[in-house]
Amino acid sequence: MDTGQGTAMIDDSLTLPRAAEAAPRIDCRNIKVYYGQAQAIHDVSMTFPDRAVTALIGPSGCGKSTFLRCLNRMNDTIENCRVEGEILMDGENINDADIDPVLLRSRVGMVFQKPNPFPKSIYDNIAYGPRIHGLANGREDLDAIVEKSLRRAGLWEEVKDRLTAPGTSLSGGQQQRLCIARAIAVQPEVILMDEPCSALDPIATARIEELIDELRNRYCIVIVTHSMQQAARVSQRTAFFHLGHVVELGDTNQIFTNPREKRTEDYITGRFG
Amino acid sequence: MTDTARTSTPSAAAAKHLKRRRAADGRFRYYGLIAILAALGALAVLVLTIGSQALSAATYHVVRYDVTLDPAVIAPEGANRPADIARNVDGFYGLVRDNLLETFPEAESDRVSRRELSDFVTRLAVLPTAKMIANSPELVGGDIAMTAPLNDDLDLYLKGQGVRERKIKAGQITAVAADGQAGYRVTGAGAFDALMAGLAVANVGRAKGAAQVDVLLTAGVSTGRLTDITSGSARLELLTGKAADFSNSRPAARIIVSPEAERTISDRQIAWVLALKEMGRVERVPRWTLLTNSDSTYPELAGGLAAIVGSLLTMLVTAMVAMPIGILAAVYLEEFAPRNRVTEFFEVNINNLAAVPSIVFGLLGAALYINFLGMPRSAPLVGGLVLALMTFPVVIIASRAALKAVPPSVRSGALAVGASQMQTVFHHVVPLAAPGILTGAILGMARALGETAPLLLIGMVAFVGDVPSGPTDESTVMPVLIFSWSNNAERAWEPLTSAMIVILLAFLLLMNGLVVFLRRKYERRW
Amino acid sequence: MLQQLGQLPMGWLLIALIAVFGSAAFFIGRVRAERLLLSTTGRMHSRPNYHGYYVAMWSAVPVMLVAAGYAIFAEQLTRTQLTRELPSSFSALSAAELQSYLESVRMAAGTAASAGADRVFQAVTNRYLELRGLVNAGTLVLLGILASAGMFWAQRRLKPSFRARALVENGMELVLFVCAGVAIATTAGIVLSLLYESLQFFQKVSAWDFLTGTRWNAQTEAEFGALPLFFGTFMIALIAMLVAAPIGLFSAIFLSEYASPKARGWIKPILEILAGIPTVVYGFFALLVVAPAIRTAAIWVNETAIQLGLASEPILAAQPTSALAAGLVMGIMVIPFVSSLSDDVINAVPQTLRDAAYALGATKSETVKQVVVPAALPGIIAALLLAVSRAIGETMIVVMAAGKSARISMDPTSDLTTITVQIVSLMTGETGFDDPKTLSAFALGLVLFIVTLAFNVVALRVVKKYREKYD
Repeated sequence: MDTGQGTAMIDDSLTLPRAAEAAPRIDCRNIKVYYGQAQAIHDVSMTFPDRAVTALIGPSGCGKSTFLRCLNRMNDTIENCRVEGEILMDGENINDADIDPVLLRSRVGMVFQKPNPFPKSIYDNIAYGPRIHGLANGREDLDAIVEKSLRRAGLWEEVKDRLTAPGTSLSGGQQQRLCIARAIAVQPEVILMDEPCSALDPIATARIEELIDELRNRYCIVIVTHSMQQAARVSQRTAFFHLGHVVELGDTNQIFTNPREKRTEDYITGRFG
Repeated sequence: MTDTARTSTPSAAAAKHLKRRRAADGRFRYYGLIAILAALGALAVLVLTIGSQALSAATYHVVRYDVTLDPAVIAPEGANRPADIARNVDGFYGLVRDNLLETFPEAESDRVSRRELSDFVTRLAVLPTAKMIANSPELVGGDIAMTAPLNDDLDLYLKGQGVRERKIKAGQITAVAADGQAGYRVTGAGAFDALMAGLAVANVGRAKGAAQVDVLLTAGVSTGRLTDITSGSARLELLTGKAADFSNSRPAARIIVSPEAERTISDRQIAWVLALKEMGRVERVPRWTLLTNSDSTYPELAGGLAAIVGSLLTMLVTAMVAMPIGILAAVYLEEFAPRNRVTEFFEVNINNLAAVPSIVFGLLGAALYINFLGMPRSAPLVGGLVLALMTFPVVIIASRAALKAVPPSVRSGALAVGASQMQTVFHHVVPLAAPGILTGAILGMARALGETAPLLLIGMVAFVGDVPSGPTDESTVMPVLIFSWSNNAERAWEPLTSAMIVILLAFLLLMNGLVVFLRRKYERRW
Repeated sequence: MLQQLGQLPMGWLLIALIAVFGSAAFFIGRVRAERLLLSTTGRMHSRPNYHGYYVAMWSAVPVMLVAAGYAIFAEQLTRTQLTRELPSSFSALSAAELQSYLESVRMAAGTAASAGADRVFQAVTNRYLELRGLVNAGTLVLLGILASAGMFWAQRRLKPSFRARALVENGMELVLFVCAGVAIATTAGIVLSLLYESLQFFQKVSAWDFLTGTRWNAQTEAEFGALPLFFGTFMIALIAMLVAAPIGLFSAIFLSEYASPKARGWIKPILEILAGIPTVVYGFFALLVVAPAIRTAAIWVNETAIQLGLASEPILAAQPTSALAAGLVMGIMVIPFVSSLSDDVINAVPQTLRDAAYALGATKSETVKQVVVPAALPGIIAALLLAVSRAIGETMIVVMAAGKSARISMDPTSDLTTITVQIVSLMTGETGFDDPKTLSAFALGLVLFIVTLAFNVVALRVVKKYREKYD
């Protein structure tokens, strides 16, 4: 996967020990989320390790997406949504008033349920983030970032001849990989994925899952998913959400083979949800 | 910048970049706010100017005349049937003028004064009294207190709008002595100090040799023009009343900035109207005539009744044509028409028709109704038909939206019990869509009510002094009346036009209020 | 006798006859159907009421057709015949004079009190009444025959198995179709009347001269070069759009992206009031407030420029009515057209696109400028096009505040005239329809119609495409 060419904007040679045991990238403490009067998340505390995939699973409406959106403060964009608690990244609480969400989001990328490319060219879709954050010095630099991001998202070979085509002209799976490439291009440290495969067919889903597996060498990835098989396939750690609580959190293997909680077991074996 | 170099605290360059972006963000928000404020501000200015003008026209001044209804004047031999009395404008006007001359005998002196005094009342202003007497002839020979509206310029003067003036209280006058012909010298220690100061202010910025300001001095019912003013004395040229009124009084002085020649009212007229006011004969009353009179060439007599009735007749025709056709067309297009190119063409056509400039409908009306079909010009019938052509696309669009909002389950339910499609539509779908259809139709009518341009082209701009009695009578409508009045030169028409606008807006508000009410009451979420 | 017939109030009579024949036929049909119901053993296909409707339909529809024919042709028929019978002395009259003579005859006939008129006039009036009476009598007879025949024929068809409901419903559907067809007929009417009169105009004045001539002097029927009118229309519409486009667009952006729902709930309807105010009110406002203010400002600019030595003579025309006054007020008027539609299209931009931009760390304004507005651009352009079309076709504001002098001047404080102003001033005079003055108004109307139609068609198409994209 290492391309080695272009400028060294993204340091590929860096290989840190891949370990769930390493210091957590994100540390959430007592997160509560309210929509107006209604509480959607009750006192959730958990950590996300670097260079690993953490899956959030749970029935619909359990608050897993809401929780995910706390991690890059996307909930700020929702009227009357209130987040309490501490989310520490590099020892800083990202919920602090003096943390600029704009800056935060350049460090925490996000991929959405439905592919949502901008109605612009493929190139501009990728280049948009680096442009607004001033990450590229000149055109060539930007070209390199675009190429690198597309390569990482495994899309380069498919689109390199039509970078000026509109992003919406791609197939659903390609669009989603474009969105992942778009997120990577800002050089985030964390990538949040909100059911990234729910709108895709099995083949495109498999492609994205491979991609996630490749990406976890470099990023802290948090993925919300409806599919337990997917969670089992791509993640190292899994958290089971139910009614706004984290019922169980642990190694994916352990959760799926030997859950500690009754409710987790029920959910995994399909007795509710 | 590499992965490892990026920490939570941005580098100085990045911080600067971010600051710039943040500033741009703030600015952008302000642009939006400014835009909203500009739009709302424009609306506020419009409403306030027209509203304040209209408010001043909502009342006007009427003068009371205590007259004896001399049969020889108002019901002379051979012309004493009620119908004759009702038409005897000359007779009643004579009574009023004589009454004025009696009150201000000094006006007898010359023709100009007489004319200035007769200007107080418009001849036609006595018509309501004449009609009233004609209806109760037993009053002939008796005394009555009749009222008539004051001339529009004097009315504006009393409202403080016609002439720029400044009122200053003078000090105690101790002596009044004859001074030459028709002149007096009024004296009082320091009586005119305040006036002198006022004059100094008024003269600032006036070119030397420009016409001097006029100064009037009023004590009770008497008024005179001041010249030769010093701190303790001035020459008084009496305009009306008695010089004796000034002695031992603290009269009011008026500095009138514009010279007499540039005004529509003379100093003498001001003196007289002030005297009438002092006598308690002038009263400011609500101007109901705005709703009960028809158009007139005299602003103090003009009203909008004929135009209001004309508007109602026109709207009646419009509603009777546009609403059924529009609603039935919508029912066809939404419920019966096959989905094909023809229907699509209908749809495109209707959408475009709704956006055709209204004046084009006026041209169509002129060519089709008047030239081709030979219908009468200026008639509510034709006006209504023109507006109907303009309105029914709007009705169709609104009705279709309302029909579309009725869920298919209603249709399936009715069809399932064996209703025909026609029965389904007219028994179930249309009644459910009725509030939506109705609100759309009312909004379309409101638009038609405010429409002016197409009606000008079919001759509804003519002066109409009589209330139309049917849809083929010559008539005008409210917006056209507003247009005609705004073309009139006299100053008094401005507030009057504003008042007419407020009446028109009140009708529109009523219709929109009805829409809001219907929506609140019948709004249904499926 | 004929004269009395000529004075019949035919309008009311025809409406009454439609009602009478209709209800009588309904009653007959229903009674017959009820009798059939009693005499049959099986079920009837349709309820008796539908049989009644069926007979009523066949009776009332012919009456309506005759009535419509009467309304359209009776007067013309009478006049044509009367003109043919007029003594030869009338042949000297021009068409317009003859028209007005006949009009006064019609008025006199209506009042039946033509005392004081000369003998010829009275004779003509009487003859008019006679002819009219003939037409009326003929109409009534024809109507009676057709209605009775229809009623008789229809009620004979009734029998238990008769599918009255289906036939009535077919008839109703036809009525619905005809109503929908009125829209097409209106468009056709507009196109035909504008074309017909314009072609007559272009026989007198060449179309090329009309479109490219720079001198317009239609009141004296001398010069018909409409370029100054086009220029004035363009100029005023441009000023209006310079006001409305930024204000409307930024308002829409503020309302949809920044304002709280509560503020939005207040501001949006207030902005829409601007669209509900009659244009004559805007015209009055322009005349009363804006035009004098602009004039004062222009005079001040002139004086200051001269004082400062920047100019030796006034640089602005500073006229009492000006293109700027009309344009500014028109701009205020079209703000809601821009803001309302832009607001709709901006709201239609999917939230996921905004989320994507935010998730990349874009600020709100960057999201709006670089993602939302570009995504909504087709719709915004359509909104602007519709607003331009509205500005071009707007009449009262320019009639009251823009002036009447046809000239090409870049000075916004000078008075310019527009297509619509000229149409109004040409059509409000007392001139006949064969006059080039009147005809030129239709030629201008044709230009106006084509231009606004082009804008509308493009805009509506773009909007439709846009809606399909995000629905």
